[in-house]
Amino acid sequence: MVEVLISLAKITVIVFVFVMGVASAMTLLGDRKQSAKIQNRIGPSQATFFGFSLFGFPHFIADGIKMVLKENITPKNANKFLHTIAPALVFMPALIGWSVIPFMDHYCTGSVTTLVPGDGSGVQHYTEVCDGEWKNYFSIMHMNAGVLFAFAIAAVSVYGAAIAGWASNSKFSLLGGLRSSAQMISYEVSMGLSLAGVLMIYGTLNINEMVRMQGHLIGDWLPMWGIVIQPVAFFLFMLAGLAETKRAPFDLPEGESEIVAGYITEYSSMKFAMMQLAEYAATVFIAALITVVFLGGWQIPYVYADGIRIFGGVWTPFGEEVWYWISIVLRIGAITFKILFLVWLQFMMRWTLPRFRYDQVMTLGWKILLPLSIANLFVTALILAIIW
Amino acid sequence: MGNVNVKKVDRIQQGLWEKSYIPEILRGLSVTARHFFRNLNPNKEKRTIFTRDYPEEPTVYSDRYRGLHRLMLREDGQVRCVACMCCSTICPADCIHIEAAEHDDPTIEKYPDVFVIDELRCIVCGLCVEACPCDAIRMDTGVHIPPYTERSTAFYDRDHLMELGGLSQAKQGGDRSVAKS
Ligand code: SF4
Ligand code: SF4
Repeated sequence: MVEVLISLAKITVIVFVFVMGVASAMTLLGDRKQSAKIQNRIGPSQATFFGFSLFGFPHFIADGIKMVLKENITPKNANKFLHTIAPALVFMPALIGWSVIPFMDHYCTGSVTTLVPGDGSGVQHYTEVCDGEWKNYFSIMHMNAGVLFAFAIAAVSVYGAAIAGWASNSKFSLLGGLRSSAQMISYEVSMGLSLAGVLMIYGTLNINEMVRMQGHLIGDWLPMWGIVIQPVAFFLFMLAGLAETKRAPFDLPEGESEIVAGYITEYSSMKFAMMQLAEYAATVFIAALITVVFLGGWQIPYVYADGIRIFGGVWTPFGEEVWYWISIVLRIGAITFKILFLVWLQFMMRWTLPRFRYDQVMTLGWKILLPLSIANLFVTALILAIIW
Repeated sequence: MGNVNVKKVDRIQQGLWEKSYIPEILRGLSVTARHFFRNLNPNKEKRTIFTRDYPEEPTVYSDRYRGLHRLMLREDGQVRCVACMCCSTICPADCIHIEAAEHDDPTIEKYPDVFVIDELRCIVCGLCVEACPCDAIRMDTGVHIPPYTERSTAFYDRDHLMELGGLSQAKQGGDRSVAKS
């Protein structure tokens, strides 16, 4: 019973507060206010809350109210059932994937010690061990094949897009659905392959385990983050991730001049809002994936659960007990900051780069990213085979 | 088609540096990021935002802004226009209506008994101002043509046009720098 309640609490906090909060409010703000700042404009400021414009936040609420009040139209001859479930199919994967993202290491009921070089711990330097029991409080689900799960779920959103395009009974939607499914499938290949190199090094599919390994310090000073040991994979993954989320410069599934709004064309009311929100939620999710795989997740360099370790020394401010709690707060702050930074970066990309042509997107995906990720995989395998 | 002058322009080839995209993307990102952070500056003066909060904040028109017409006055307050019809002749929108009358003063030949501008029809080209031989009509009131709900209110007659001088940014007779300060 307690377990269930804890799970429910985790789901509420992570999915509804964090993801929905960030995905909807922050990204709408990001989209509008950030683009405005970049283009030397003010951005939305007319919707006010008792006379305060609150950085344009009331626009988000106004949008929601407007969307709910709009008429919900299903086109004639559209497949009603599929047309209705498609937004959910697009939206759900972006949320389910969060179940395996760890916001912090497991909670340790005993005291935590960090293995350091010279205490006979072998290659496991800088791994935290717990003499009590690990309790999973900071990710919804502790799964051994977390990465696989995240990818499998993310792949489901292709169905949503394709079904939405097909069920709308409109040429524009169909073309948009085809485009988006082709694009997502192409980039998933290089995404998976660029990740394979990282997985080879970590040797685990468990996301929390991966993050834990990123606390290792190479030569006692360089954090073993994914971006350090696999810089090429990081760039490939980031690019493929951008393409996955169908954001600019890869926003080909939508094209006002060619295919209107792509597979979203025939959607109105809250269904449309769901499609849009799914896009934002996917952006945040990709940011979270990049964070945990390449940017050290909740790790902060040199900060461990039992003190700050730098150049062989250890410093535990405020004593063990208090520091453990401080480190928890710091680490949750760190992963949140990293995710928000990546979301910010993706929006910057959107407002910086001109979009590709569709054939360029395909060329980039199949002829450049795929060979590069395979080459990266081979080189990594070779190096691992030699030095292991 | 005959001889069309075809000019051959060499395509600028991209070097390896540009083709690899990443450095160029970073360069572009640095430009947009610079704008973003500059416009987040808490000191509003340092921001480079050009948006004006229009209805709340009045627009600042330039000195040469062409607004509502006005008729200039003589020293003694009479209308300066001599009803020469130059402006109504040149007006492309044909919106100036003048009826000339004889003046009591023998040194002044004519004056406009009726002088009406249809501001709705005016295309704000400013040709009337250019055409006037005695600088009797100007558009320097600094007020843009307001929206009218009733068509008849858009007809500005002589006395109204003469009163608009009060709105002017310029001093009667010319020197603006004095009037503005
Ligand atoms: S500004 Fe142009 S259109 Fe308007 S009254 Fe003068 S000449 Fe006619
Ligand atoms: S051109 Fe000047 S003087 Fe002649 S009628 Fe027009 S306003 Fe009067």
